[in-house]
Amino acid sequence: MCKILEAVVGPRIAPEELRENRLRYATPTILFMLARVLLLISVFLPYWHMELEAPQYPKGLFLTAYVNHLSGDVREIDGLNHYIGMRPLGEAAAFERAAGVWMVIAMFLLVEGAAFIHSKWAVLLAVPAIAFPIVFVADLYFWMRTFGLNLNPDAPLSASVKPFVPTVIGEGGIGQFKTYAEMGTGYWLAVGCAVLTIAGFVFHRRAYKPLMERMNAEMRKAVA
Amino acid sequence: MKTTERTNRGRKALLAMIVSGTALGWFASPADAQQEGRRRRGAAQEAKAVELAPDQVAQLTKIANERRLNVDDLLAAAKTYTPSGRHDEYVLFSSGGQSGQVFAIGVPSMRLLRSIAVFTPESWQGYGFAGKDDPVIERLKFKGTLNAWGDTHHPALSETKGDYDGQYLFIGDKANARVAVIDLRDWETKQIVKNPLTISDHGASFVTPDTDYIIEGGQYGTVLGYGYAPPEDYQKSYRGMVTMWKFDREKGRIDETKSFALELPPYWQDLADAGKLASDGYFFVNSFNTELATGGIEKGNPPFEAGVSKRDMDYLHIVDWKKAEQVFKSGKAKTINGFPVIGLDTSIAEGLLYFAPEPKSPHGVDVTPDGKFMVVAGKLDPHVTVYSIDKVKKAIAEKKYSGKDAYGVPILDFDAVMEAQVELGLGPLHTQFDNKGYAYTSLFLDSAVARWSLGGDFAKLHSEQPWKLVTKTPVQYNIGHLSAAEGDTVSPDGNYLIAMNKWSVDRFLCTGPLLPQNFQLVDIAAPGTTMPVLYDMPVGVGEPHYCQMIKADKLKSWPVYPEVGWNTHTQSLDPRAPKKGEEGVTRDGNKVLVKSIAIRSHFTPEHVEVNEGDIVTWRIVAAETTQDATHGFCIGAYNINLSLEPGEFEEVTFVADKPGTYPFYCTEFCSALHLEMMGYLHVKPKSGSVSDAAH
Repeated sequence: MCKILEAVVGPRIAPEELRENRLRYATPTILFMLARVLLLISVFLPYWHMELEAPQYPKGLFLTAYVNHLSGDVREIDGLNHYIGMRPLGEAAAFERAAGVWMVIAMFLLVEGAAFIHSKWAVLLAVPAIAFPIVFVADLYFWMRTFGLNLNPDAPLSASVKPFVPTVIGEGGIGQFKTYAEMGTGYWLAVGCAVLTIAGFVFHRRAYKPLMERMNAEMRKAVA
Repeated sequence: MKTTERTNRGRKALLAMIVSGTALGWFASPADAQQEGRRRRGAAQEAKAVELAPDQVAQLTKIANERRLNVDDLLAAAKTYTPSGRHDEYVLFSSGGQSGQVFAIGVPSMRLLRSIAVFTPESWQGYGFAGKDDPVIERLKFKGTLNAWGDTHHPALSETKGDYDGQYLFIGDKANARVAVIDLRDWETKQIVKNPLTISDHGASFVTPDTDYIIEGGQYGTVLGYGYAPPEDYQKSYRGMVTMWKFDREKGRIDETKSFALELPPYWQDLADAGKLASDGYFFVNSFNTELATGGIEKGNPPFEAGVSKRDMDYLHIVDWKKAEQVFKSGKAKTINGFPVIGLDTSIAEGLLYFAPEPKSPHGVDVTPDGKFMVVAGKLDPHVTVYSIDKVKKAIAEKKYSGKDAYGVPILDFDAVMEAQVELGLGPLHTQFDNKGYAYTSLFLDSAVARWSLGGDFAKLHSEQPWKLVTKTPVQYNIGHLSAAEGDTVSPDGNYLIAMNKWSVDRFLCTGPLLPQNFQLVDIAAPGTTMPVLYDMPVGVGEPHYCQMIKADKLKSWPVYPEVGWNTHTQSLDPRAPKKGEEGVTRDGNKVLVKSIAIRSHFTPEHVEVNEGDIVTWRIVAAETTQDATHGFCIGAYNINLSLEPGEFEEVTFVADKPGTYPFYCTEFCSALHLEMMGYLHVKPKSGSVSDAAH
């Protein structure tokens, strides 16, 4: 039992080795730490923007998605959407928004855990943070698609606006509106977190793989 | 050695990763997406430096010749034309005369921005069409009778330290002696006070430098408190007055309980102006009919027009209002019709009121920007007479009187208080100021605006002899008031002047026997004798009197109401405003309560069933937050129309006394489905069939 735990957590570093190669072992820890900081900051910043332009809205309409809420002209956009039979935006991704901050905290703790595990299994703990940006975009697309394709056929403008898939990134259009969508600062911080986590793992393996191999060799020797 | 190399490589890689990770985030996405959006939309409105190519000059010349425009016309057009989407530099708040409204006009474009309903019910703004207990209608009533119109004369923007602050606008109603308070956040009338002493007035409204008080001067002598006395008792029983309305800026309302008036002799008090800076603490009121003429043309007496113009001199009233405030607070005022009035005897005893002789039935009295001089325009005398506040104070201190009037008010010696007299021309009425040491006076009979040079410290600002006529520009025609940019404040801007002409005669296409007034924009930017007219704006809604021009960026107007469910009378969120999910109809006996929400493009509920005779209270809120997404709500046969601006809450009560089926609908073109935004009020007849009710 203890052996299995040791195999998963990996060997500890000898004090003299740590003194000699401090940076070698500090690098992955620092990268993981930076990744966690970026992820934490991202919670307060927008992940996604959409701007809607139409002649009668010279200042534009704005929609901004955070990990846990929507802001901007939600009320007006919902008001307009009711003409084409789209459900209110507040009904989209309700679970994701409710769980968003907790998920980020979980990823934060998992990446923190990855710094303490010296075996290759550490990557498992880092996977959520690495996959998060992709999952976010996929989820956004899923909801846009679901809302766009499921319009109420009894809506006033159902004859002129047919079900459609709104554009998640880049330029799109619906009715007299032009839409411009792009990922926000928070999202790019999450991407930065993923990149730093991958980098951290590269240095993690560089530092701990030799230790693991030595430990495994010793274990084999002991078994033999 | 090998480890060190590795560490170095590791360092570089680490650095690269951090840069790529974080910089990617910061650069890939703009900090503010809204700004990005504005950038993206491009700069269609942005002005580029103009350089006319030869073919463009030819084109312009061709158009000018075809339209018979000379170079001055082209320059005037260039100075006033305001391209689509570009905003004006100034806003002119003008009295609307007999329309009972206020007009807001952009300067220099001279485009009418909108009207503000004040003393007259106005249907577009839903002003006075909210059923039987409409607060607007209630405050327009006098002794139970609806006085549903007003004669708005003198607007006064609220001031801080003698400068416009853009918060409130006050305006007087000459016909009914009322003063209104308009909140410039939503440009709506919030309060109307009726003077408890007099039926009509003229000198309203003028504010003290910090808007502590709104001055309402009277006009025609009456028996104060709406009393009766025969004209034979004129000298004994009739009186003039000036009222000091205390303004509570925090509440945005006049506090009638802290207001008071001063009793004056029954001369016809005319215009007023508050002192500022050097003359702070005083205000000045003109008068005519110091003859105490009582007319009676029908009995062979001289008519008023002759009787009140007999004497060569009338009296400029000089009032120490700060001292008057103390006298009022110390309880020395008497009460007339429930309102505190400082009696004439008290005013004389306490040294609150002095007279200075002024030439023949003058009109405006206007204080110079530094507060040191008071300019009285002669009307029937070709001069403006300039008084010095220093000399006035000295004459009061040294008791330099030339006598007392019939009521015992001391008259200051004319030569002791007069600074200068400037001959301008015929019919000088009102004076405004600029930032170059010039004064501008309207000349009614000459139909001209006179520019003349000020003396005192102002002489440093111009190269003219002090107290001299510089130039006159003809205006069309019969100019009354005039208004320069912030031209009655402590810091006038110059730039523009509006000549408010009473007659337009041939300036516009004939509109039948009733012609519009003519507002002319005069360019006063250049010193000396250059002062061209740039633009004629017809005003065909009423005959304006005075107007004030404020720098547009001083106004902090709300684009929409701050919250959905806003009560515009209290300027706060109303707990009675229906929220989403609360819509519906409830009944308590014969009282029916309708809770309704208006949002593009439907009302909820759409069917409201009541019985004939029910008292229906309809609460409705415009659940909109988008600029210009205004709804209306009308029930045709019940004289109801509301303007429901975004966020606005209104309550209407009416008796459903006409059985039938009444479509109600949105009266503002709110959206593509505006026509569909309607519902039915079903009023079930008490007895008999529906067809009976139809007969």
